[in-house]
Amino acid sequence: MSDHQNNGDSRVETFDARSPSRRRFLKSMGASGLAAATAPAWAQIAQASQQQQNAPVEPQDDGAPAEGEQQIQLTVNGVEHTLNVKPNAVLLDVLRDRLMLTGTKKGCDQGQCGACTLLVNDTAINSCLSLAVSHDGDSVTTIEGLSNGDELHPVQAAFWEHDAYQCGYCTSGQIMSAVAILNDDNIGSDDASVREAMSGNICRCGAYKNILAAVQDARGKMEGAS
Amino acid sequence: MREFDYARADSPRQAVSTHGSNEQAAYLAGGTTLLDLVKIDIMRPEQVVDINRLDLNEIETLDDGRTRIGALVTNTALARHERIQSDYTVLSEALLSGATTQLRNKATTAGNVMQRVRCPYFRDGVSSCNKREPGSGCAAIEGHNRSVHAVLGTSEHCIATHPSDMCVAMAAIGATVTVEGPEGQREIDFLDFHLLPGDAPEREHNLKPGELITHVTLDAPLNNGRSGYLKLRDRASYQFALASSAVIVTLDGDTIVDARVALGGVGTKPWRAHEAEKALKGQQVSESSFQRAAEIAMQGATPYAHNAFKIPLGQQAIVRNLTTLTA
Repeated sequence: MSDHQNNGDSRVETFDARSPSRRRFLKSMGASGLAAATAPAWAQIAQASQQQQNAPVEPQDDGAPAEGEQQIQLTVNGVEHTLNVKPNAVLLDVLRDRLMLTGTKKGCDQGQCGACTLLVNDTAINSCLSLAVSHDGDSVTTIEGLSNGDELHPVQAAFWEHDAYQCGYCTSGQIMSAVAILNDDNIGSDDASVREAMSGNICRCGAYKNILAAVQDARGKMEGAS
Repeated sequence: MREFDYARADSPRQAVSTHGSNEQAAYLAGGTTLLDLVKIDIMRPEQVVDINRLDLNEIETLDDGRTRIGALVTNTALARHERIQSDYTVLSEALLSGATTQLRNKATTAGNVMQRVRCPYFRDGVSSCNKREPGSGCAAIEGHNRSVHAVLGTSEHCIATHPSDMCVAMAAIGATVTVEGPEGQREIDFLDFHLLPGDAPEREHNLKPGELITHVTLDAPLNNGRSGYLKLRDRASYQFALASSAVIVTLDGDTIVDARVALGGVGTKPWRAHEAEKALKGQQVSESSFQRAAEIAMQGATPYAHNAFKIPLGQQAIVRNLTTLTA
């Protein structure tokens, strides 16, 4: 971004790569709105991270829809929301931008990379190729809904233990696919079957070996738990 | 993504009446083709009619032995269905060889039939493409035409392959597409459903404006038939076919009693090889009889600069599939 030339009126967005706070800062702006805008940046960061750690997403109720909007009921990680969305609003964007559930990632935005994988009614799908309005009444599980309080889901714990990522961008999609696969009796438990079933989740860092190890390790723990 | 009007239909009739004959309307099922192409501005619907709530999710065995599949049965559900796995193995294998787990979970039977070509010149929005912009020419003919370009059924106006694996299996099995439209219900033979590009590549199928696929009905399986799908591609998973074959055979000892052969990755539509089937019937199981049938299947193929390898590869897809099935 910072090395783009300034063409006429177009603005060049710059940010300080040394600061880890940009993402959280933007997130807190979205979550807390204008009230927080005058607070010092460090306070916003603290507030945002505290919100993320402690508070589940509050139920949203948009009230009456405006013209051109559709009202939908969406249960996300067990919390029911009433949302007004435009017909072309994509499920991925609604989760990220409206509910601030940014754990689900936007990669290619064309159904090719799997970064946006989540569960709808317990089935893994690409949320980037889904209209939010089509999911009226559905139950969505995102990466934020997997852990039980501070206790990680066995797949999350296994990814951690096996270092099944490098940059981490594809990780939530990988984990959601893995959770669905491990709960699907139709998919074989051998390595080749897991590789095939996970082929819709691209990892540009190439952490596939550790991802496979994590999935197989989690399989043992999930079977042990049940 | 561009804006559009949205309507959710509760019945096929309502879907059809909402859509009407509006050329700018589109039915939305799984969305894996439509929303992809709307996002990159290749498809530009003004109205989207969401058919996901229609009661078209059943797989039924009919009294005459045929199998009727609802338009909204997902690719995953169809591939995993017990009767499909046992009696139409080729279809289950074809489905599972296509796309990815999460795409198959969304993609529907009717949507798979309706999927659009993967030619990069169609998708880039700027190159000459007679499908996207009739009359603009075909950049693929003189361009990069290796992987998703055909050698059978091409014309000087378009050489894109039909991308589906499922449709190749259906072409081999034999099927009927049931549609509901402004003028009522009708049935289309599966082999007549997709059109060759000819001089009008923008016309890809036999649907009239506003017609909605409600079911695909598979012919009864061949008695004691063995079937399989073999897909050859650049990557072991999540890749379109360079060449593929759907084969069904019935044997009496070492004699081929009946055979069905269809090809993917090499044709501009799901490609049924009737002449190759005739050449197989009555023959003994042998590599030479398979090779002869495979050569017949690829007769009349037109190679382009980068895809001449598809002619022997298509033959090999047939020979190897037959060899495995008759072993």
